[in-house]
Amino acid sequence: MTPRIGVVTFPGSLDDRDAQRAVRLAGAEPVALWHGDASLHGVDAVVLPGGFSYGDYLRCGAIARFAAVMGTIVEQAANGLPVLGICNGFQVLCESHLLPGALTRNQHLHFINRDQRLRIESTSTVWTSEYAEGQDIVVPVKNGEGCYVADEKTLDELEASGRVVARYVGGNPNGSSRDIAGIANAAGNVVGLMPHPEHAIEDLTGPGTDGLTFFTSVLKRLVDA
Amino acid sequence: MTLDTVDRATQTPDEEQPFLELGLKDDEYAKVRAILGRRPTQTELAMYSIMWSEHCSYKSSKVYFSREFGRIPKGDSMLVGMGENAGVVGVGEGLAVTFKVESHNHPSYVEPYQGAATGIGGIVRDILTMGARPILVMDPLRFGDADHPDTKRVLPGIVAGIGGYGNCLGLPNIGGEVVFDPSYQGNPLVNALCLGVMPVDRIQLSAARGVGNIVVLLGAKTGRDGIGGVSVLASATFDDDGPARRPSVQVGDPFMEKLLIEACLEMYDAELVQGIQDLGGAGLTCALTETSAAGKSGMHAYLERVPLREASMEPHEILASESQERMLAIVTPDDLPSVLAIAEKWGVLGTAIGEVTDGDRLIVTWHDEVVVDVPPGSLADDGPIYERPTARPADQDALAATPLPDYPTATKELLLRMVASPNLCSRRWVVEQYDRVVMGDTVLAWPEDAGVVRLSEETNLGIALATDGNGRYTRLDPYAGAQLALAEAYRNVATTGAVPIAITDCLNFGSPEDPGVMWQFAEATRGLADACIELGIPVTGGNVSFYNQTGTTAINPTPVVGVLGLLDDVTRRTPMGWREEGLTLLVLGETFDELGGSEWAWAEHRHLGGRPPAVDLAREKVLGEVLVTGSRDGLLAAAHDLSDGGLAQALVESSLRHGVGAQVEFDGGIDAFVQLFSESAGRCLVAVPAAYELAFTQLCGARGLPWTRLGLTGGDSVDIDGVFTAPLAELRAAYEGTLPALFGPLAGATRDAPAAPAL
Repeated sequence: MTPRIGVVTFPGSLDDRDAQRAVRLAGAEPVALWHGDASLHGVDAVVLPGGFSYGDYLRCGAIARFAAVMGTIVEQAANGLPVLGICNGFQVLCESHLLPGALTRNQHLHFINRDQRLRIESTSTVWTSEYAEGQDIVVPVKNGEGCYVADEKTLDELEASGRVVARYVGGNPNGSSRDIAGIANAAGNVVGLMPHPEHAIEDLTGPGTDGLTFFTSVLKRLVDA
Repeated sequence: MTLDTVDRATQTPDEEQPFLELGLKDDEYAKVRAILGRRPTQTELAMYSIMWSEHCSYKSSKVYFSREFGRIPKGDSMLVGMGENAGVVGVGEGLAVTFKVESHNHPSYVEPYQGAATGIGGIVRDILTMGARPILVMDPLRFGDADHPDTKRVLPGIVAGIGGYGNCLGLPNIGGEVVFDPSYQGNPLVNALCLGVMPVDRIQLSAARGVGNIVVLLGAKTGRDGIGGVSVLASATFDDDGPARRPSVQVGDPFMEKLLIEACLEMYDAELVQGIQDLGGAGLTCALTETSAAGKSGMHAYLERVPLREASMEPHEILASESQERMLAIVTPDDLPSVLAIAEKWGVLGTAIGEVTDGDRLIVTWHDEVVVDVPPGSLADDGPIYERPTARPADQDALAATPLPDYPTATKELLLRMVASPNLCSRRWVVEQYDRVVMGDTVLAWPEDAGVVRLSEETNLGIALATDGNGRYTRLDPYAGAQLALAEAYRNVATTGAVPIAITDCLNFGSPEDPGVMWQFAEATRGLADACIELGIPVTGGNVSFYNQTGTTAINPTPVVGVLGLLDDVTRRTPMGWREEGLTLLVLGETFDELGGSEWAWAEHRHLGGRPPAVDLAREKVLGEVLVTGSRDGLLAAAHDLSDGGLAQALVESSLRHGVGAQVEFDGGIDAFVQLFSESAGRCLVAVPAAYELAFTQLCGARGLPWTRLGLTGGDSVDIDGVFTAPLAELRAAYEGTLPALFGPLAGATRDAPAAPAL
């Protein structure tokens, strides 16, 4: 059976349709999930998409964290549900304490959108297992508050336990600590990523198809399971 | 203060009214009294002053719409023409697109961030109003000198505002313009274009019909922001108190607009909306009068039902407020619960504030007291119309006769200075602040000639859009300048392989009360209309912005033209840069000694004089056909139009795109400087795989399009044989360095590596 991957729409989500397209092109079935509906409708994995949930008011991701759907996602994530948070989704995962640290205003204070080179630092997560360790990929980055920060101890722990999933290469677009672009939880089922792999899935519309492997990785894991 | 009701107005006919302060002239006030058969109430007076302002009534430009644009054939694909919020064009496969460009110039000078942000918000609502999902924005921008201190205040704020609002709506920004010229000092031009797409059968109109239907206000609460925006800001010349008018600028909430978009689209799809109108300039006044006038209906609005941010607001303030993110929908009583349920689902306020009535009066009550009783058409359609005096400016001939500076020898140093000049340098600093990829359908965006967006994943149907305008050309010759703006946008669209099918325009001029400005306007509209007829392309709508001047000094007249093109298959699009070595480089069209009004004359000598390049629309059309055919047949590896900065600029931009240089040899005849920097129109640089060179040149020959073989792609320099060799690394440093040096470093450039050049 084709795995079903849910994509949550919060008020102000913007890249939800793009995440659905990525799921579809990877070969899974995209399922639209609604922020106010606590049910995950039996999906096998969840993507929290980019955008400005609740207008980014108060603090990015701070309000989305209290959405009905998030309660269920936090609960299921503890049981191994694969969850990928992209950009605003990463912010929501940090606010929900599924991932440590926080995303703050870009150091240069501007929103920035560019094609960004990343190095995949860990292939032990369910979302990156099909990449090669140390592989360089190019995907778009676009954020105003993408500067990853955490205390030194947390950063050291992330590094030591192989939970830094991706790092910026060839220029850090937002001032993130240790050039961190993405991290995972200890179990490797929850990944937060500031750049947008769902915008690098077709040669026609992106810088290439490097981003698709995030989605085929989880798909392979779900099919094999 | 006593409420000035209709009864009271009837009883106190001689009460003095501040109509002059509100911007109405003596005769206009007299006309209001004649229409009403009494003096207007305070609220009515405010409404007439807003609706009869230049911004809302187009009173100085209206005669030119019928006289000039009225001559242009509509074409088969135009489904809705000028007059509605935006024109609609059928593009096949059951789809229609609607697009329009509008100005938000004055607010953006007073408060750059909010002025520009709400400019995006306003044009997006116009597109939404037509029934379309907005899918992209573009921004033609003009500023004073790049190194002027005020430009450092205005430009970063405007760019951040456009990004802040558009990014939060999830609309890709696929292109635009950034132009610097001292004539825009104190009058920056912030034009905003939006395009939307819809199934043909979802087109919405603004007419309020059906007695008993309910008038529903959707979206944000109404506050005191933006009161008098159109009459105070957009319809008068700035003097020295520009920033003191900040309370007239609206404040945007893009999150609310995003919710409004989703809510409205869900209502359209459920066929719940009988008529709809956005609230922009002139707010509720405009929406109530235009919907009832369009439907030839009466309407009763209960003003006390309008949700307010400040409870102390008076009726005339509620009607004049330009609070953003609001829409007015006309729905049947049966559908009202469904409409309100959808609004609630999206967290949007929905309030029934009135109903459509029998008869032809717009009645507005405030706690059961009648404060407005007017024929709505008198506000919406029957405003004053002026045939303003025109006079050719006295300096026009002298300007044309000004001799150009002596031509220099073409050198590498000249080329480096030119590509680093503010009008030719990289716009990366600006566009990196815009989301260009959201929605996942952006095929081409800056620095490409035109933005290209896919409409259908199944068939690869797509559109191309480009905007252009050249204030210097138009200053030298308004008729030709407007045509050159159209020609360049047309060429840019065709360069990507798209067939141009419709235009929108934003006409930015000085004060219409200056006969010299009115002459420029008359000439420009005549030129634009003639060019549309010759190219066979209709105008779908647009916007006029007058009073772009400080004191008596007007901006260079700046008609900005947006051209929409259609691609059957976006995978066939032609990009502007070449990736491979050994491709044959050709220049299509002919190069003449045309440097009047050129970027060279300006950048090197601050010289504006002579004649702009000659217009040859027949040539533009043939060039367009060759570019489209070449793209469809897969003959072109790259194509880049020649315009500002001439061939030199095109060679540099196309080489830098993927880091592959160009080896060029001129065959004598014309001087190398003229070859490189002339801005002759009707030209394009193309790169053709050697195997297709014969087929492509035969295509040109068959259509009578002249072409010149320039050389080959390859190497790590732009090499002009016997003239100079300019290494790409030096060109890139010059091209990329200017805006960061002026406005702050690029992100990521300060750490372990320079900013990634990939884009």
